[in-house]
Amino acid sequence: MKAKKIDMSNLTPVLVLVALCILMSVLSPVFSSRANLVNILQQVTVNAIIALGISVVIFTGGIDLSVGSVLAISGIVMGKLIVGMGVTPIVAILVAIIIGAICGTLNGILISRFKLQPMIATLGMMSIARGAALTLANGKTITGYPASFRWIGSGRIAEIPVQIIIMLILYTIMWYVLKYRKFGRYIYSIGGNEEATRLSGINVDRTKTLAYTVCGVMASLAGIVLVAKLNSAQSIAGEGYELDAIASSVIGGASLLGGSGSVWGTLLGAIIMGVIRNGLNLMNVSSYLQKLIIGVIIIAAVLLDSFRNRKRA
Amino acid sequence: MTAQPVPIVRMDDITVEFSGVLALDRVHFDAYPGEVHVLLGENGAGKSTIMKVLAGVNTRYSGSIVYKGEAIVARSVLEQRERGVSIIFQEMNLLKNLTVAENMFLGRQPVTAFGGIDWNRMFADARRLLDSINSDISERALVSTLSVGQMQMVEIAKAISFDSDIIIMDEPTSALTEKEVDSLFAIIAQLKAKKVAIVYISHRLEEILKIGDRITVFRDGKYIETVDAKGATVDTLIKLMVGRDLSEQYPKVHCEPGENILEVRHLNQGNLLRDISFHVRHGEIVGFYGLMGSGRTETMRAIFGADPYDSGEILIKGIPTTIKSCEDAKNQGLALLTEDRKNQGLILSFSVKENIVLANLNNVMTGFGISRASERRICTSLSDSMRIKTPSLDQKVKNLSGGNQQKVVIAKWLNSDSDIVIFDEPTRGIDVGAKVEIYKIMNRLKQEGKGVIMVSSELPETLGVADRIYVMHEGRITKCFDNPEGLTEGDVMKYTTGTAVDPESCAQVAP
Repeated sequence: MKAKKIDMSNLTPVLVLVALCILMSVLSPVFSSRANLVNILQQVTVNAIIALGISVVIFTGGIDLSVGSVLAISGIVMGKLIVGMGVTPIVAILVAIIIGAICGTLNGILISRFKLQPMIATLGMMSIARGAALTLANGKTITGYPASFRWIGSGRIAEIPVQIIIMLILYTIMWYVLKYRKFGRYIYSIGGNEEATRLSGINVDRTKTLAYTVCGVMASLAGIVLVAKLNSAQSIAGEGYELDAIASSVIGGASLLGGSGSVWGTLLGAIIMGVIRNGLNLMNVSSYLQKLIIGVIIIAAVLLDSFRNRKRA
Repeated sequence: MTAQPVPIVRMDDITVEFSGVLALDRVHFDAYPGEVHVLLGENGAGKSTIMKVLAGVNTRYSGSIVYKGEAIVARSVLEQRERGVSIIFQEMNLLKNLTVAENMFLGRQPVTAFGGIDWNRMFADARRLLDSINSDISERALVSTLSVGQMQMVEIAKAISFDSDIIIMDEPTSALTEKEVDSLFAIIAQLKAKKVAIVYISHRLEEILKIGDRITVFRDGKYIETVDAKGATVDTLIKLMVGRDLSEQYPKVHCEPGENILEVRHLNQGNLLRDISFHVRHGEIVGFYGLMGSGRTETMRAIFGADPYDSGEILIKGIPTTIKSCEDAKNQGLALLTEDRKNQGLILSFSVKENIVLANLNNVMTGFGISRASERRICTSLSDSMRIKTPSLDQKVKNLSGGNQQKVVIAKWLNSDSDIVIFDEPTRGIDVGAKVEIYKIMNRLKQEGKGVIMVSSELPETLGVADRIYVMHEGRITKCFDNPEGLTEGDVMKYTTGTAVDPESCAQVAP
């Protein structure tokens, strides 16, 4: 019984990506150049890291709309510390991560202990964190970071951009946690059947809260990368990022009902979104029209998935 | 059975394949007007599968169906319903946030001249249907407020409203009280008189012999035999089902019980539980008997930390403990096998293996994390010893039959090494062969010195398996039988209806 059946559902995002790449190469000769491919990966890092966190929440059957705002508040606080107060970047980074963790944990407690609907709790947090970021920054952009910090966004190790390495490390850690740790198994179990999980003597509240904490931390990490890339922290950063992240997760095969999906699927989903954006740019499609096309693609991806599920049932 | 010339339906050579496994292998089935045709077989024998083909739920099949003399292909539920086939599913298909009447007329609500829903007529029609089956359920009640048994009655009323030629009932009585079963049988008699064919799937053999006209037996997806109910006995049916003699329906082992392993004192929970006191000793099976809603399940859920209780004491191995969550309960050595395995016992999207290890992942943890190898090792030995029928341990549990799903739940708790194991309706909807296996597992736990509680709605089972029996009625314990040997059903029944109460018998015996 060694032979494993290949599960088609895991393969769809791969096939879509391959088809897209072939199509893009035909349409634009620049697309398949090495520089452009690395460029695409660099462009997806922020979204991919947010999507990684949001995937963990989606696997439990929840949702987190506050990630874009959490990214902004983390970035603003870190910027103030580094630029305004001259704090060492490493300390400022830790503070940013802690802020992300606090926002996420608050979401988690509201949802698990106080039984708020995830959509409502995180919608509130979305506004709270955004408001806090706007107030703190007072509408100003915080720029002027030391080169040691900007290295995160623009440096390279053995020709590979640091931000891509960070992204891959985070994905590998999360893959391991979801596959080999109890926490990971409980995440899928809760998404599959929360009540049965509770009745199996598993602390569902704690696991769910932790899932939102992870999501908040990922959002703040994405915020750090974004600030380092742009050399600026803005209070309006990350607006609408939650939708891209959710889309990446779903295109990658996660079900919004919870219980299914994988981090590699999410990464593929994020890259697929990146390839589409990149291709549209190369073809000089206006950013307004791009928004429309992305919307169509998200719906198409979910439809494809639901047709596939229906066939299987 | 007077032979009617034309069957309503005749199905031949029906074959259904699920991911490489033959669920049905060229089986035959027919039904005549005005008969109750019982489909019998162990879990996974294919009874529900063939009926899903007939009802148009499962459209991937091969073989021939002749309906009222005409060859047809069952393509959809809607089409089959228009032809006259109604099915009442084992799993309830009601929308909980709608009223009873809305559920009954879903998708075919009567409309007014303005095109809006004619609520008055809908409620009146629903009332008439419910009256016709002697049900006092309010047509305006939300389905979420009904008991499982009442929901079943709503499903039955709904099926009748389609004026069907064939009504398929898949385990209709598994959740009904005695009174409801009686009225169901009266309804079936009415339907028979109207020349409706009833296909009746049930595991309760006594019941089958009472109301069935013909009995068709399936085994492992194959057609075995069709017999007349007249002249058949429980023993012959069991033999046909399992293909061998079943030596004992209730195997019993004797052991000397030890000290109290669990003691519950004066447990109260709102109006549901009042002053519940009982004890369980090492090496005994304690039965909890009562009607649906008598508080048996509520008691077990409170002890297991699934629902909070207002007051009372729980002592485990003599030590007072507070249990605030299921996690606490599990850590104290308790296990609860819930009555509703699909919604409360299993993660349907998980594999057999993942479900079995879920409650005790520590068992398979190494320094690196969850070890796939020890997962496989533990699950293989548990699934072998429990004889779980599955193509592989990686099979999703949702693809397993009811009995095998129940075994997976049991395996999950066996893997967690609990000292006190609570089985809530462990054999509901399970065939005889699997039932005996489950009794044997309970006996094994008892011999290992564990405390076993079995909640059951079946009196013969309770009398046959338990060493002591508590009877409950309306949230109270009305009687404790210290020795069920020689008890008759009458002795027990009067305590379930509240006509007799004997609280003295429930006083603590010295451990």
